[in-house]
Amino acid sequence: MSARFATLEVGQQIGTRTIDVTRQDLVRYAGASGDLNPIHWNQSFAEGVGLPGVIAHGMFTMGASVQLVTDWCGDPAAVVDYQTRFTKPVVVEDTTARPGEPGAVVEVTGTVGALDAERSTARIDLTVTYGGQKVLVKAQAVVRLP
Amino acid sequence: MTIDPDLQGRSYPAGEIYSVGREAIRDFARAVKATHAAHFDVDAAVALGHADLVAPPTFAIVVAQRADAQLIADPSAGIDFTRVVHADQRFVHHRPIVAGDELVAELHVDQVRAMGGGAMITTRAEISTVDGIHTATTTSSLLVRGEDQ
Repeated sequence: MSARFATLEVGQQIGTRTIDVTRQDLVRYAGASGDLNPIHWNQSFAEGVGLPGVIAHGMFTMGASVQLVTDWCGDPAAVVDYQTRFTKPVVVEDTTARPGEPGAVVEVTGTVGALDAERSTARIDLTVTYGGQKVLVKAQAVVRLP
Repeated sequence: MTIDPDLQGRSYPAGEIYSVGREAIRDFARAVKATHAAHFDVDAAVALGHADLVAPPTFAIVVAQRADAQLIADPSAGIDFTRVVHADQRFVHHRPIVAGDELVAELHVDQVRAMGGGAMITTRAEISTVDGIHTATTTSSLLVRGEDQ
């Protein structure tokens, strides 16, 4: 599907997504991104630096959340600006022994926050929560649409 | 370790070239659970008007964090990596990153603010192709926690 600028209204919801996260996902992200900080894969190291457990890379959560926007608008290259603040960590439980069971569940909702007719862009505001609390704040993706 | 207050305004010139490969794009896309065909299938990317596979919107972090590593590894900056927390991130894309791009990043330390016993450091990576086409500007704020935080 692909979104068209003329059909959009501020306040309109673009959809929702549920992201299941496992420790394996974090190892995969660490490898793909080159961010090998052990707080994202080693329990004792994470606890040793005062964290409640292994936490997801903020960039994993940011990167996975924007997929709602790219799938909605139909072209990943339409995302011309994307920003967020990282406020709370996503603690990922070790479910290695229980295959198929997520270690954390992140919920994403997207809403049209602003429209710029001159530039034909829409600002999509993402609400990203884990355990009922916002983990990303001011998560905004600006997309250029036909 | 203390953060060098004169860090603000410092720049690090473009380091090694990052060659954007198709498999790197596919691996990164899988890692952020992206399923859009333009990340995996060259024909699908070309059908959308792109030269090759399109990188996901946050792929530039790979290039930006390599540039940040120069700063973190610089002993004169005084940053203890084990105390760094990512506070915010922004990507502005001037043109999409596609497979085949040869990228370089110039790093700028835009702001250093004391925060308790630590500091908030804002860096900006200007990413361009080796041919000088500006592709992306990424901005990151890193909170370096103080000893008592």
